[in-house]
Amino acid sequence: MSGRGSLLGIADLASDDVGRILDTAGRFGEVMDRDIKKVPTLRGRTVVNLFLEPSTRTSTSFELAAKRLSADVLSIKGTGTSMDKGETLKDTILTLEAYDPDVFVIRHPQVGACRLADRYTQASVVNAGDGTGEHPSQALLDLYTLQREVGPIAGLHVAIVGDVLHSRVARSGIRAFTLMGARVTVVAPPTLVPRHLAEALGAEVSADIRDIADADVVYVLRMQLERMGAGGFVPSLDEYARMYQVNHARLRPGQRVMHAGPVNRGVEISGALVDDPETLIEAQATNGVVVRMAVLYDVATGAAGGSGEGDLVREAA
Amino acid sequence: MSAVAPNPRVRLPQRPGAPANVVIEGARVLDPAAGIDRLCDLVVRDGVIGGDPSGLPRLDGAGLTVIPGIVDVHVHLRTPGKEHAEDIASGTASAAAGGVVTVLAMPNTQPPTDSPSILGSLLERAGREAVVPTGFIPAITVGQAGESLTEHGDLADAGAAALSDDGVPVASALVMRRALQYQKATGLLFTLHEEDMGLSGAGVMHEGVVSARIGLAGIPGVSEAVQVARDCALAGYEDARIHICHVSARETVDEIRSAKQRGVRVTAEVTPHHLLLTEDAVGDDPDPAKFKMNPPLRSDADRQALVDALVDGTIDIIATDHAPHPADEKDNPFAEAPFGVIGLETAFAACHTALVRGGRMPLDELVLRMSTRPAEIFGLPVPTLADGAVANLAVIDLDAVDRVGERPYASKSVNAAFVGMELAGRVRMTLAGGQDVYRRAA
Repeated sequence: MSGRGSLLGIADLASDDVGRILDTAGRFGEVMDRDIKKVPTLRGRTVVNLFLEPSTRTSTSFELAAKRLSADVLSIKGTGTSMDKGETLKDTILTLEAYDPDVFVIRHPQVGACRLADRYTQASVVNAGDGTGEHPSQALLDLYTLQREVGPIAGLHVAIVGDVLHSRVARSGIRAFTLMGARVTVVAPPTLVPRHLAEALGAEVSADIRDIADADVVYVLRMQLERMGAGGFVPSLDEYARMYQVNHARLRPGQRVMHAGPVNRGVEISGALVDDPETLIEAQATNGVVVRMAVLYDVATGAAGGSGEGDLVREAA
Repeated sequence: MSAVAPNPRVRLPQRPGAPANVVIEGARVLDPAAGIDRLCDLVVRDGVIGGDPSGLPRLDGAGLTVIPGIVDVHVHLRTPGKEHAEDIASGTASAAAGGVVTVLAMPNTQPPTDSPSILGSLLERAGREAVVPTGFIPAITVGQAGESLTEHGDLADAGAAALSDDGVPVASALVMRRALQYQKATGLLFTLHEEDMGLSGAGVMHEGVVSARIGLAGIPGVSEAVQVARDCALAGYEDARIHICHVSARETVDEIRSAKQRGVRVTAEVTPHHLLLTEDAVGDDPDPAKFKMNPPLRSDADRQALVDALVDGTIDIIATDHAPHPADEKDNPFAEAPFGVIGLETAFAACHTALVRGGRMPLDELVLRMSTRPAEIFGLPVPTLADGAVANLAVIDLDAVDRVGERPYASKSVNAAFVGMELAGRVRMTLAGGQDVYRRAA
């Protein structure tokens, strides 16, 4: 984690950092069982949600997380590139810096945008998804979900299936799972796996969907049709579904299924599986808020030093 | 044999200036092509080497080395159209500060340099502003659009140094073939940025371990190699001469080596940044855009293959691809930042440090690859320290170490990939076209 307390990617975290954030999330989870789901932990702090790429669940869960921590929240949505806006990301950050925010939560269509922003603000920066780069809060909530619903991460075998090439969820996920001691196998059409992935991130790579058989967890990736452009990464979505769709017929009892959403029903995952309460998909969505509360708390308070432990979950006055 | 007789039609204008008069006393005078390597006084009188030293100003050359000045066949002067990034005066001042005595400017300007009239206006302007002799490489196709040939014959008559669609390679093999056929009528060398744009796609850095790790779209090495293979096949078939710009990939080295073995008349250049740096710079730096250029920095295996190819002669020469961009444009997320780094002022020191001090190449060989051979390949006057030659030379303190970026650049832009590196080989004086164009105190 960078000096000031930013979360730019799982790549910057040690397993201790992850453990601390997940523990904090657990304590916030207890709060969510109360009548009044709000704590004063970040009262008087300002969180700016800057979403420059479409997002529903990540932006709403960060906004709700900040509000439940009693922070003042400023949510800004815009279109993608700086070119469209006529203002560079750097200038946007410098402008918002005038409001003296404590945390920027940034989603941006370009890899490295959050790292760039981090150079120009005194505030903490949380990467809420930078293009095909990283999506660390998603990986943390996936770990949190697995830990609660399945058990310890170490020793698990996770199969990640689908469009890895365009997936920040996969890039953060592979890092997070392996960091915590899981084994990761990527199963995907060869056109949708970055060359050198195994060497870069330490995952095994397969083009055969049958290789999910051995996994404890099957993590299904969304086919990112909007990032595909020209070039025909797969011959057709129908064929993709026939070759790589995760559905009941390809699973054995006890395998748990995850998906970061939004799903393309009938493409990467069957509709029946999406609706199956045995999957972890709904738990992932539910856990997004507490994990993002933990992330905001962690960066805003420099929690590596453990400030204000006693105040963490005190009820709002 | 890829060197050709000097092309007398190439125009290399320089601004008017007083001829240099100096005696460089007690320096090592090194001109391998002329068989000169001795400690002596070098006299420059009225801009010409040799003559009577009496009454001339003196420069203490103790510990300094005089070499034929560098000829850089691949620079971007951003004129016309992007003069806020560089112009002829600033770009050639940058050249002078790097010991470079001749530059050739690429045509990807706004508008592209694709007609005799634009070429003529640039030559005229260079005749007023250029600090060192400056030639221009017009486009192969109109608007660099890859469809119809520019007027190669008229461009040759107007003084073009070579032809290139730099940055926007000729996609159609048919158009490329027609251009190569026309070389028999014009004699103009084609200097080719080689890239299959379809394969490169949305790529912004080398396709390798680092791109897989950080998620940026990759440009595979074969994107360069397949285009080189195509153009070597065409050049062999048409018995035409081609020069491959800024080789970056080991697959390309293999193609060039194979083509040369078949007798294809192909030469190739490599940039200092591809010889020194790798994709790791992109992954490790908080400001990675300063390492963004096209072709991209590749793996260390690629880098080593380039050094080996330069040493064994598969790659003939070094050129900078000096590509200025304003800091504000570089200060964007990686994919949005423009491709390119500046390099004129650090090229010699970088190569001297990595290759000569690094034990891969003796100094005289480096001089051949940065000065003599580039001039020969492009049919330009060859800088030499022989008596009677126009003074085109650099005086260098090989042991002086500079940290790149500590001094302001003569270039208008500061997008240097070597910033922060300590490089040995400080240019103390440059004489170009017989003029005294650069001095630096010890």
